[in-house]
Amino acid sequence: MSIDDRIAADQPKTFQFTAENEKEIKRIIAKYPKGRQASAVMPLLDLAQRQHDNWIPMAAIEAIANRLEMAEIRVLEVATFYTMFNLKPVGKYFLQACTTTPCWLRGSDEMMRCIKDRYHIASGQTSACGRFSLLEVECLGACVNAPILQVNDDFYEDLDYETTGALLDSLEADDPLPVGSVTGRSGSEASGGGTTLAAVKSGKSGKSASKKRGSAHA
Amino acid sequence: MLKDQDRIFTNIYGWADPGLKAAKARGDWDGTAKLLKLGHDQIVERMKASGLRGRGGAGFPTGLKWSFMPKEVKDRPHYLVVNADESEPGTCKDRDIIRHEPHKLLEGCVVAGFAMRAHAAYIYIRGEFVNEARRLQAAIDEAYDAGLLGKNAAKSGWDFDIYLHRGAGAYICGEETALLESLEGKKGQPRLKPPFPAGVGLYGCPTTVNNVESIAVAPTILRRGASWFAGLGKENNTGTKLFCISGHVNKPCNVEEEMGIPLRELLEKHAGGVRGGWSNLLAVIPGGSSTPLMPIDVCNDITMDFDALRAAGTGLGTAGIIVMDKSTDIVKAIARLSYFYKHESCGQCTPCREGTGWMWRMMERLVRGEAESHEIDTLEQVTRQIEGHTICALGDAAAWPIQGLIKHFRPEIERRIAARHAVDAVAAAE
Repeated sequence: MSIDDRIAADQPKTFQFTAENEKEIKRIIAKYPKGRQASAVMPLLDLAQRQHDNWIPMAAIEAIANRLEMAEIRVLEVATFYTMFNLKPVGKYFLQACTTTPCWLRGSDEMMRCIKDRYHIASGQTSACGRFSLLEVECLGACVNAPILQVNDDFYEDLDYETTGALLDSLEADDPLPVGSVTGRSGSEASGGGTTLAAVKSGKSGKSASKKRGSAHA
Repeated sequence: MLKDQDRIFTNIYGWADPGLKAAKARGDWDGTAKLLKLGHDQIVERMKASGLRGRGGAGFPTGLKWSFMPKEVKDRPHYLVVNADESEPGTCKDRDIIRHEPHKLLEGCVVAGFAMRAHAAYIYIRGEFVNEARRLQAAIDEAYDAGLLGKNAAKSGWDFDIYLHRGAGAYICGEETALLESLEGKKGQPRLKPPFPAGVGLYGCPTTVNNVESIAVAPTILRRGASWFAGLGKENNTGTKLFCISGHVNKPCNVEEEMGIPLRELLEKHAGGVRGGWSNLLAVIPGGSSTPLMPIDVCNDITMDFDALRAAGTGLGTAGIIVMDKSTDIVKAIARLSYFYKHESCGQCTPCREGTGWMWRMMERLVRGEAESHEIDTLEQVTRQIEGHTICALGDAAAWPIQGLIKHFRPEIERRIAARHAVDAVAAAE
């Protein structure tokens, strides 16, 4: 893919971090030794992306370069090397579907088919309504809960055609399903409750972290 | 089967609270200062005695790795860097440690960092683990508030800071020197070695990079004793291990088991067995996507440890076990991995940058049988030209799955080629 395809043609003229993010930037830079502020480039790109509807405009690249005393090309180089930085707009719900072998063996084709049936989009495209973008991604690192669909920050696990549909319904209603397994597994234990640590399980209390609701960007 | 009392990760499924109070009740942060009283070198010696081998894939002895750090801190500070860039297909164990047992990792950082005379650790977590990073940061904050990190960490007299750094989507950053480059704010492209990180690592300073699991088990090993850990598993393959069982089993799961457990026992006891029964098994990738697959006749008796799997021509790697039953299009399964490596090549070395794309395109043709038999040999030969000819092991990792496929499933590839030729011949005659 040429670089021009990855970077939005329409660019805002300016970009400014919010006052709140300015404070966050100070906190981030303090994590690294003096003179090593370039280490903050990835966190700052992430911050810019979160502030700017899930994509990074060129003006932000410039702002970050100035802020970290880096050449702009070094910042752009990092922004294009790592796949999670979006340099053009994506929908409110950014669907990142894992199709690497462990997910594929568990039916990621069906998950993809459900998304495509509904929005008629291929990887890298955004739905006609503009709210859903799809990207086929490589291993998300949750293979025993395959297949996985990452929606913005959240993993949805153990999906098939029907449950992917139910998840998309919930996103369309702006009321995302609880994050995690859609079949009710609490984590990576075998379905039905796991084969080990029975004593821990019997002592299971309401204290365990309650399931987080999915969230939209912005 | 491993007894629950010998399991290190008692909250691996997140059935209890990951927070500090509950973690302490599980035994974390119990007498950390006392552990540090052992002294830098004694901790390293005990880790060596435990036989722990690195859990990130290569299986290098952890204690020995720590001993490579300079014995004196001179003008450059020492760093511990934790590799939480878990991205090897089939592997999802570190994610569970981070989200459900974060305090084991943090205490491990203090112990390991102290052993190597470091006052700071950076944990590099893959960017996609957003919620996991939040959970880990919350644990870090909690540990600072409780005086377990920072000045005089855990009242040990040793100052220790832990910083979390998020990646942004690049498998290659799991390679230790690419990770260091990334942490310094650059593209994640591996460095030439030597110099090794223990001499010149992060910011040019002595650095040790360890996997999450290797660090997280250290405090328990020191508390319960090296001999306890060494008494589990097999000689040279000691202790317990988190196994990730994915693919065509009835109940995919993560589970902590003893090293050296027979594969069949592991799958049948914990993962509900192979879909359709053991005889329906086609092949298993035993240690993450880069380890060559094993057909059923190897799987029958193989034990899950570094040495046995190595002897079988494959490896324990990360212990990410990918199970494939007889319904699997095995050529396509491996071709998909070839695509993965093509996608993840950093582009630095020519054999890998060009070779991974070439191998993937070739594999796609083999999926459809659109090839000549002798091209299988050409492909095999090209994998040998990539293997060992690149700065890092990504080239090797891309070559091995294909080599495993050709070694064990060549008749299946040839069958496809013959079938395709037959179809073409009929079409030509019409």
